[in-house]
Amino acid sequence: MTRQPDLLYSETEDDLRAAVRSLLADRADAQAVLGRIEGEDPYLPGLWEALAGGIGAAGLLVPEKLGGHGASHREAAVVLEELGRAVTPAPYLTSAVVATATLLALGADGGRTADLLAGLASGERVAVLAVPFATAPGTVTDPVRRVPAVADAAAADVLLVPRADGLYAVDAADVVLTRQSSLDLTRPLAVVDASGAAGVRLAGAEAGRAAVGQGLLAGAGLLASEQLGIAEWCLEETVRHTGERHQFNRPVGSFQALKHRMAQLWLELVGARAAARAAADALATGAPDAALTVAVAQAYCSKAAVHAAEECVQLHGGIGMTWEHPAHLALKRAKSDAIALGSAGRHQDTVADLVDLPAPR
Amino acid sequence: MTETPLDAARLVDRTRRLLAEHPPATTDRTAFLRARFDAGLAWVHYPAGLGGLGAPRALQAVVDAELAAAGAPDNDPRRIGIGLGMAAPTLLAYGSEEVKERFLKPLWVGEEVWCQLFSEPGAGSDLAALGTRAVRDGDEWVVNGQKVWTSSAHLARWAILLARTDPDVPKHRGITYFVCDMTDPGVEVRPLRQITGEAEFNEVFLTGVRIPDAHRLGEVGDGWRVAQTTLMNERVSIGGARIPREGGMIGKAAETWRARPDLRTHDLHRRLLDLWVDAEVARLTGERLRQQLVAGQPGPEGSAMKLGFARLNQAISSLEVELLGDEGLLYGDWAMVRPDLVDFTGRDAGYRYLRAKGNSIEGGTTEVLLNIVAERVLGLPPEPRNDKDVAWKDLAR
Repeated sequence: MTRQPDLLYSETEDDLRAAVRSLLADRADAQAVLGRIEGEDPYLPGLWEALAGGIGAAGLLVPEKLGGHGASHREAAVVLEELGRAVTPAPYLTSAVVATATLLALGADGGRTADLLAGLASGERVAVLAVPFATAPGTVTDPVRRVPAVADAAAADVLLVPRADGLYAVDAADVVLTRQSSLDLTRPLAVVDASGAAGVRLAGAEAGRAAVGQGLLAGAGLLASEQLGIAEWCLEETVRHTGERHQFNRPVGSFQALKHRMAQLWLELVGARAAARAAADALATGAPDAALTVAVAQAYCSKAAVHAAEECVQLHGGIGMTWEHPAHLALKRAKSDAIALGSAGRHQDTVADLVDLPAPR
Repeated sequence: MTETPLDAARLVDRTRRLLAEHPPATTDRTAFLRARFDAGLAWVHYPAGLGGLGAPRALQAVVDAELAAAGAPDNDPRRIGIGLGMAAPTLLAYGSEEVKERFLKPLWVGEEVWCQLFSEPGAGSDLAALGTRAVRDGDEWVVNGQKVWTSSAHLARWAILLARTDPDVPKHRGITYFVCDMTDPGVEVRPLRQITGEAEFNEVFLTGVRIPDAHRLGEVGDGWRVAQTTLMNERVSIGGARIPREGGMIGKAAETWRARPDLRTHDLHRRLLDLWVDAEVARLTGERLRQQLVAGQPGPEGSAMKLGFARLNQAISSLEVELLGDEGLLYGDWAMVRPDLVDFTGRDAGYRYLRAKGNSIEGGTTEVLLNIVAERVLGLPPEPRNDKDVAWKDLAR
């Protein structure tokens, strides 16, 4: 019998969720986000400081001796559920999860890596891994000079740059960033060209590649929780709307044609929660089947979030197509997340490898 | 019996005493089960004298583990599932002392099999519309009507029965709940052949069946409420056992895929992986539900399990038939047999494909369950209804 993961939420996790939800309701509601996304950058002033420093969310993965809170992927997953629900622009997944997990995998107990981790844990610094946001864990790519679609590069003061001879930390000031127009306006993308800066080598080629793999695995696993949060908000908002909206002298949510679709979303949400919790728990406990559990969670939750967001737009009718209603924020985030850190199809291929269900020759 | 509280240690003592006095190796199976019932170790949460000790239900596991370790026979719970899961809780809640004394022991021991006479040809999803009539005649009731989808009717000694006793009031209010004697000369059981060729179920024709009023459970006209006890316990018992990764139908398809490279196509590969992921997520969902129950936080996720199980079984078995190619064109055996037990993953792929079609119909159709999820879990407004205040006799049929 395989080990049984803990799939519930602890009281500490519930408290953390309440703190993040309250902060976001206060400082980053849909109108605030809509008001920022077409400006220079979408990040809400002061929000990162409150989330990372005030609540301490940025240091959850980092051990206390390195300046963090010594929590785990389980707690970080709960933060991401809330950031997904509110489609919050914040470099949490990219810096506090992917970059942080990459640095942690280097096994630092002193020196430049440890300093950087302490800065990330406090939220005073933001680091981003300079690989395209669509990169799946386990993908081997040759470093290129101009790296496209790097998420949250605009928020970073340090970039972690994989090069042929190792992993480097490069100050953002020494890097050429070219902003790209992104489908998900709440998570800006940029082309990163770090070729003009030497940077500091944190690890050699082998160790660097392994660490990047660990960072991307943690990112993919916890992205499932962000996707869960998106799906949850989309369903709640759709149930609320269709319960209030009247046509044909009835609430439209009383029609079976609609309620069956919402019930279907609920079934997928129940599955997504189990899958996302399993992935977070597997990462937190270093379970031997972590790579499989992450691939399963990604293969499932990517689709669940996109389905929920697409249904949210459709079941809202005309209002769902307007810029004013936040349904499009969720749709754009969900669709981008489905590509981020490996598409559902790529993760299915990983499943096929790991459980010996080979493709036809 | 002493007055000290019943804890796990005392139950272990009691179980060991039973095993010492009735060694399973040398005791007749039925005699052992009767002795176990008399010792209060049948279902410890039942009252003393009725097979239990009034202990917490969770302590049953302690007894069961002790008995299993000693190689004691069990009461073959799958064979008598309807009696254990549905009839017994209702008898306990609504039966007179005489009724409980008479029925519970042979039910639990398995000497008397029970079946359930609820569904009718005209009352499936809308069970409360049932039309089997029971008319009072002195101290007896005379029953006429037809029931359908009755498992174990051909083996059953007794049945729980819903019948209409007042056609002049709205449908939910004119129903009464009875215990029906399946050996009454007015009971006729006919096998109901399914698309698989076999007959797991029966049709039951009731013609002038006489039931003593003492075998009524609950008040006259209160049968719908009594039936809720039965149906609620059915859902509790559907909780499901823990299955390993690749347990159930996906395991069969995966085995075939690994063993037969010649059968692989890209289309089937993609669909297999989709279903493998869905099956793994369904397994995790079941595990999460179990953890919620243990933590005392039961959620509505149980209804998700049945819906997901039906869809997955259908999709996986459909894939499997296609995967098998030439062999998928074959079917093991169309002979009409009457199996005592049903195994959804048993027999060949063609059988699994056909049998799985029933998974989205039996125990609540997928369509009705989606309504229940939408209205009770999500709180969506109900469909407008035109049957609530209409006398049963005036309903369209």
